[in-house]
Amino acid sequence: MDTFAQLLAGLSIAVSPHNLLFALAGVLLGTAVGVLPGIGPALTVALLLPVTYKLDPAGSLIMFAGIYYGGMYGGSTTAILINTPGESASMATALEGNKMAKAGRGGPALATSAIGSFVAGTIATLGLTFLAPTLVEIAVQFGPEDYFALMCVAFVTVSATFGDSPVRGLTSLFIGLALGLVGIDKLTGQARLGFGMPELLDGVEITTLAVGLFAVGEALYVASRRHHAPEQVEPVRGSLWMSLDDWRRSWKPWLRGTFLGFPIGALPAGGAEIPTFLSYAIERRLSKHPEEFGKGAIEGVAGPEAANNASAAGTLVPLLTLGLPTSATAAMMLAGFQQYGLNPGPLLFADHPQLVWGLIASLYIANVMLLVLNLPLVGVWVRLLAIPQPWLYAGILVFATMGTIAAKPSVMELAMLTVFGLMGYLMRRFDYPIAPVVVGIILGPVAEAQLRRALSISLGDPMVLVESPISATLLGIAALALIAPFVLKGLDRFRAQED
Amino acid sequence: MNPKATKPDTAGIAIAAGLAVIAAVIWWDAGQLAQGSPYGLGPDAAPRVIAVGLAVLALANFAIAWRGRLPHREAGDLGAIVWIIGGLVALIAIIGLGGGFIPATAILFAATARAFGRRALPADLAIGFVIGVGAYLLFAKLLTLSLPMGPLERLI
Repeated sequence: MDTFAQLLAGLSIAVSPHNLLFALAGVLLGTAVGVLPGIGPALTVALLLPVTYKLDPAGSLIMFAGIYYGGMYGGSTTAILINTPGESASMATALEGNKMAKAGRGGPALATSAIGSFVAGTIATLGLTFLAPTLVEIAVQFGPEDYFALMCVAFVTVSATFGDSPVRGLTSLFIGLALGLVGIDKLTGQARLGFGMPELLDGVEITTLAVGLFAVGEALYVASRRHHAPEQVEPVRGSLWMSLDDWRRSWKPWLRGTFLGFPIGALPAGGAEIPTFLSYAIERRLSKHPEEFGKGAIEGVAGPEAANNASAAGTLVPLLTLGLPTSATAAMMLAGFQQYGLNPGPLLFADHPQLVWGLIASLYIANVMLLVLNLPLVGVWVRLLAIPQPWLYAGILVFATMGTIAAKPSVMELAMLTVFGLMGYLMRRFDYPIAPVVVGIILGPVAEAQLRRALSISLGDPMVLVESPISATLLGIAALALIAPFVLKGLDRFRAQED
Repeated sequence: MNPKATKPDTAGIAIAAGLAVIAAVIWWDAGQLAQGSPYGLGPDAAPRVIAVGLAVLALANFAIAWRGRLPHREAGDLGAIVWIIGGLVALIAIIGLGGGFIPATAILFAATARAFGRRALPADLAIGFVIGVGAYLLFAKLLTLSLPMGPLERLI
């Protein structure tokens, strides 16, 4: 019952007008960026990091979580109405959802995705609420060598599952690790890769890197491939309400989607794409109306939509309890914690219970807000799609440069932003995944610090890494995950895209 | 994505070469560091591991490029990229020379809009200017972020 008490305490923090306002701002922004194709929640959080570092941590983190959840709701609207998924987690939704919209059943498609998202988000947040304290109890027993091994698992799985080639994923990861080296070594005070430039002594700013890769890189890439004709927006026709039959056909896919999305999202590098496509495949197989698949089957919208929202909550489990980001958005949220000097992990639950439980409680509120915002107001969101692309991206770049210069008032920082932007463009063009770079620069220094701590406790004996059963198991998993993709090329079918 | 099997892939070989250079630089830099604690790992251990990893990946990328297995996307409209990078360089120059946040923002906005196919440079400059003033008022005045000052910003 301890969890209940803490959740109630968290709820009392979450319902303070101040935090409610942040949650509302987050879900509004998240829905907006989810609706707009090409702008995902990771980019949005990256853009907001520099302008929020002076605000209060609890409020900002509640807002970031709202953006994450909101992005999952908003993405479905675009997927259904214009067949261009707002973010890749909605790709499976677009398959059936757009067909439903074309057949004049856009209303029920939007309704089943919004209600399914709400059901899944709420159940998965419950899962987070009760799983997190258990995991924290396990995680407090982790020694530095176990944390190092855990980071290794994250490195391998993140680079092997994002993108479709383990070599390119690992290349991205190592570029991130290399960037993480830059700056003063905390143990010996020596500058690494400083090249005599004082600006580099503090290291590469994570926000500059992320904003460069996500915002500037995306703008360059989209601008260079602009020649495609604009997509047709399907008007929302028919009633928004689902018929009794729609309900009957939706509720089981919602639940199945939830139970796929939450655990897979909680695994390192699970992401949202694998569970959504798995859910789509399962619904297709289980459906009583298999002939409708490909023509607009409501099960094919209900299942994947529930799965992607559940996976967002699942991702928060390793993020909050272990400090392990398993998606690009989670990596940006981790950077958000770090900019306030907070380190997610078991200690966060002990030192800042009001912040963690306030954040978790606000997720329930965000879900309710999103249901209300998305269902009746769907017409308002659709109008966002009318913003001309040139102004949209020009605005994003203005915001990106402003945030960068505000965080660190130096022209050098803007030059680095431009360089990272070009890097982001090249990575997109040659199909190198972006997320492992961000994970590498964030987790690389943490992994190094844990390894050095472990080895100085053991007086330099490397056997400590395999003597701890937790560490040995995790390193074994990491080695297996590293070798498996090269051995089992057949697994390529389930390679995830980035979110 | 258009996987074109062009043999051998020059862009891929350039990427592999770039990775090898980064690996060499990291290895060289690690050699410059003094050893730290008597126990455990010194500050040069992680750089050396990462340098070796990058060198191995450079070889792997080279092998893939040599066999022409790089998924290639068409170069696209390079003019658009020049406009955006030009806008960013202009922004850096204006801020570096003390021109301030608002004019720099106006130019970046107009250049990006041009890159996305708009042909109304004066109108976009005006919109960018208004956005710059609005952003300055909101973020510098209300949220007390420090934004670059120029003659215009001192007037506000």
